[in-house]
Amino acid sequence: MPNKPTSLVEPAETRHITAALTRSSTGPSDLRELEAGLDSLQSDAVRKARVDWSRVLLPVAALAVLVLIWQLYVSLGFKRQDLVPGPLDVLGQLGTLWADGKLQEAVWTSLQRGLVGFLISVAIATPVGLLLAQVAPLRRAFGPLISGLQVLPSVAWVPAAIIWFGLTDATVYFVVFMGAIPSIINGLISGVDQIPPQYRSVGKVLGASRLQLALQIILPAALPGYLGGLKQGWAFSWRSLMAAEIIAVGGTIGFGLGSLLDQGRVLSDMTTVMAAILMILAVGILIELLFFGPIEKRLLRRRGLLAGSTR
Amino acid sequence: MPVVLENLGKRFGDGAPVLDDVNASIGQGEFVALLGASGCGKSTLLNIMAGLEAPTSGALEVPSDGAAFMFQDAALFPWLNARENIELALKLRGVGKAERRIKAGELLDLVHLGGAGDKRPHELSGGMRQRVALARSLAQDRQLLLMDEPFAALDAITRDLLHDELERIWKETGRTIVFVTHNVREAVRLGQRVLLLSSRPGRVVREWHVSEEHRTDAGLAGQLTGEITARLREEIRRHAK
Repeated sequence: MPNKPTSLVEPAETRHITAALTRSSTGPSDLRELEAGLDSLQSDAVRKARVDWSRVLLPVAALAVLVLIWQLYVSLGFKRQDLVPGPLDVLGQLGTLWADGKLQEAVWTSLQRGLVGFLISVAIATPVGLLLAQVAPLRRAFGPLISGLQVLPSVAWVPAAIIWFGLTDATVYFVVFMGAIPSIINGLISGVDQIPPQYRSVGKVLGASRLQLALQIILPAALPGYLGGLKQGWAFSWRSLMAAEIIAVGGTIGFGLGSLLDQGRVLSDMTTVMAAILMILAVGILIELLFFGPIEKRLLRRRGLLAGSTR
Repeated sequence: MPVVLENLGKRFGDGAPVLDDVNASIGQGEFVALLGASGCGKSTLLNIMAGLEAPTSGALEVPSDGAAFMFQDAALFPWLNARENIELALKLRGVGKAERRIKAGELLDLVHLGGAGDKRPHELSGGMRQRVALARSLAQDRQLLLMDEPFAALDAITRDLLHDELERIWKETGRTIVFVTHNVREAVRLGQRVLLLSSRPGRVVREWHVSEEHRTDAGLAGQLTGEITARLREEIRRHAK
C-alpha cells in the first residue's frame, strides 16, 4: 500500500508493539539486582567520624581569654583586692578549702541532693506529663497551672518549706521538686505536641492500644523534646537547690555549695564566695558536658537530625 | 467480598460532602486502583476503609481484623532501624520475640532489603523507605492492604521498579489491594480494575477492567490510558466555572 501514511498505525499492527511501556521486561532476579544497584546509587556513603580538636581547643581558649581579662582587670587595681580577688587568689582559696575537706563535702552534699531530687522529679513528672499530654480534659484543666508553676521561682517556696519541714533535708527536696517537676512536665508535653500526626495514625493502623501508643510510639517520638525538658529540669533542680541552701542554713541541713557561699558572705570572704560560685558553675558545665550533651548528640544523630547543625 | 461500600457518604462538620453515595465492592485478592483528581476524597475513602475515620452516612463492610495501611510518605519511626520498624508492627500484633526477628528478616528479604535491616530511616533512600513501609504493612498480616499514593513522592526510575516489585509481592502474597493514585498510567499499570472518583463530592463515576492483554500490549494499554484520561479531564472540567 504505497499511499498509507506512515504515522498512522492500524489497530492490527499495535498488537506487535513490545510491552516495554507497560511492564518492564525484568525477571525476579533481575529486579533484585536492579534495586540493589539503585539503592547503592541513592544512599550516601558512610562517612567516618574523626576526632575534632576544635571542639576541645575552642572552649578552652575562650575560658583562657576570660580568665586573662579578669586578671587584667584586677591588675589595673580599680577596686580593693579583698573586694575583687584575682583568679590566683580564688584558686588559692579553692586549694585551702580542698585541704580542709570543706570543698569535697560541699560538692558531694549538693551533687548528691541535686541528683536524687532530680531523679525523683523525673519519676514523678514523666507519667504525669504523659497523662496530661494524652488526655485532653486533664491537660485543659491542669496545663495552665503547670505552666504557671514553671514561671514561679522555686525560691518562693523556701519560706513555706522552712515553716512546714523546718531546717531539714525535706525542705531542700521540696524546693527542688517544685522547680524541676513542672519544667520536665512542660518539656514532655511540648515534645508530644511536636510529634508528626502521621505517627499516631501509623500506631492506630498497626493496632496499638492506648497504653502501647503512649509507651511505644508517643514517648520515643517525643524524646528530643522530653530530653530538652530533662535538661531544663536539671537546671531548675540545681538552681533551686542552691537557693534553698543559701537561705536555709543550719539545723540538720548538711553543708552544701550554697551553704559554703553563704558562709563566705557572712565572713565577708570574697575569695570563698567566688570559689563557691565557680564550683556551682563548674558542676553545671560538667553535667552538661558529660551527661546531657553526649546523650542529646547521640539521640539526634541516630534520627538524622544532626546534619548541618553547629554542634 | 472483603470490601463492600454502600451509599457511603462523608462530610466534615457543616461543609459540603467530601464523599457522596459511593458504591463499590472489591473481591478477594483483587487489585483495585482508585483514581481521581485532587480533592475527590480518595484519601478520605481510604481512611474510612482503614477505620481511621467514620462515615457520616451509608454502610461499609471490611474484614473484621481491619486493614494494613501504607502512607504516601513512608512514616517510618526514626528512632528504630528498618528491622525494628517491622518488628514493632509484629509486636503490636502480639507475635513473640524470637518469631518477630525471623519474620522481620523474611519480610526484609521479600522487599529485597535483606542487607539494610540495621539502617535507620534517614540513611535509606526514598525508595528503600517505601519498601520498608511495604514490608511493615505486610507484617500486619491483614488480607486487605490499603495504599495511599505510596509512590507519588518517588523519582520515575524508582517508581517503575516499585511497580514491578509491588506486582510481584501482590502475586506472591495474594493480598487484596486498594491503591489510591492520581496517576492514570500507574492505575492502568497496577490495577485489575480502575475506579474513577469524581471530585466534590467524590463518587465512583466509572470503572474499567484492565485485562491481562492490557498488561502485555502497550498499544492497548495506551488506548485505555487515553480513554481514562479523557474521562478524568471531563470530570475536572466540570469544576471550571
